[in-house]
Amino acid sequence: MRVNLTVNGQPRSDEIEPRLLLVHYLRDVAGLTGTHVGCESTLCGACTVLLDGKAVKSCTVLAVQADGASVTTVEGLAKDGKFHPIQDGFWEEHGLQCGYCTPGMMMAAVDLLSRTTNPSEDEIRHALEGNLCRCTGYQHIIKAVQYAAEKMRAAAGR
Amino acid sequence: MYPGQFEYHRAASIKDALDLLKRYGDDAKLLSGGHSLIPMMKLRLAQPAHLIDVTKIAEMRAISESNGKIVIGAAAAHDTVANSSLVRDKLGLLAEAAAAIGDVQVRNRGTIGGSLTHADPAADYPAAVLALEGEIKLEREGGSRTVKAADFFLDLMTTAVQPGELLSQISFAPIPAGAGYSYQKYPHPASGFAMVGVAALLSLDRSGKIASARVGVTGLGPKAFRASAVEAALAGKSADAATIAAAAAKTADGIDALGDIHASSEYRAELARVYARRAIQAAVARAKA
Repeated sequence: MRVNLTVNGQPRSDEIEPRLLLVHYLRDVAGLTGTHVGCESTLCGACTVLLDGKAVKSCTVLAVQADGASVTTVEGLAKDGKFHPIQDGFWEEHGLQCGYCTPGMMMAAVDLLSRTTNPSEDEIRHALEGNLCRCTGYQHIIKAVQYAAEKMRAAAGR
Repeated sequence: MYPGQFEYHRAASIKDALDLLKRYGDDAKLLSGGHSLIPMMKLRLAQPAHLIDVTKIAEMRAISESNGKIVIGAAAAHDTVANSSLVRDKLGLLAEAAAAIGDVQVRNRGTIGGSLTHADPAADYPAAVLALEGEIKLEREGGSRTVKAADFFLDLMTTAVQPGELLSQISFAPIPAGAGYSYQKYPHPASGFAMVGVAALLSLDRSGKIASARVGVTGLGPKAFRASAVEAALAGKSADAATIAAAAAKTADGIDALGDIHASSEYRAELARVYARRAIQAAVARAKA
């Protein structure tokens, strides 16, 4: 069946099987492999993308359910050749080791930062509960989100 | 992991969804957020030939107040319920339970109607919906019927919903001013499901005694239930620690507690007693005499 959706600001129209999962649509149809396939069972969060601005696990969304929606993947974070503050945060605070969970972590963090501009450490940990990292022990990821929050507040003049 | 093949239908209205349900019968499943159904389909525990998506039906996503009741559309996502100012103001216990579900990604997609009809024994919502005495509206061809929360959950993943019926909304009387409530859960560390979850809602009379108490429990048995022995042990008593502890000690009485690799039935029963005590204590602390 035909779906029309916007991916990272670009309108797309594709003929797909109804059972195609959003994560496979993004990777195999749209060619955006930044979104990772992890546990495939709604637990690890590696496949997290924004669906109309909200973080979702794209392994548990059918692409047909996203028809008409706007999807943002990790590839859509940087603008005009400049990293998004959350990307700067992961870079500056060493928020990754192997990097497998990183795109999902960043998308979940972007959802959090759209809800609150100055999250506490507890709020950050709570917001990232659905994302597993097997390398870092999370501490540097927390710092990366704090870095991004601070940078975004500064940019907004708060 | 892919689901099996199916045909996808997008219902434009409740009538449209019911027509599709009638046409495809047992081969069809209603799809809302899909956060219970899609995982089941990946594991081939469910293999519907037709999926009927109800999430584009505006009235099924709405949260409103009408005739003194708060009405939650079945396709409202957990995050929407948890952050609705109407729900937070008038049904704080439901907002608290919604905010305790899974993780933010799950709350952004999963819906209240999907959770209730799936009736996972470890789901959070049923405890709160039981304590709030929610009324569940089931639409069917040519009409509808309303089922009380206490009559809705029949057994493990089994509800009062009949073939051809669609859960469209859940309505609640607002929590009375001055009443105290709390939802307390012990989350499974991996899945976020409730190993045990207890929703307590109570009112104090002018002398500070417990005028009435309602306690909903999830995670402990094959289905969520009202802990009537606990409620009876609280009603009319002073809200002191000893009374609360004695009442909470009855939480698992007469319940065939679930046991699995995560927790034995004895351990789950003990968790239920402890979390009931905490929920009742927190509700008392919040209630105003």
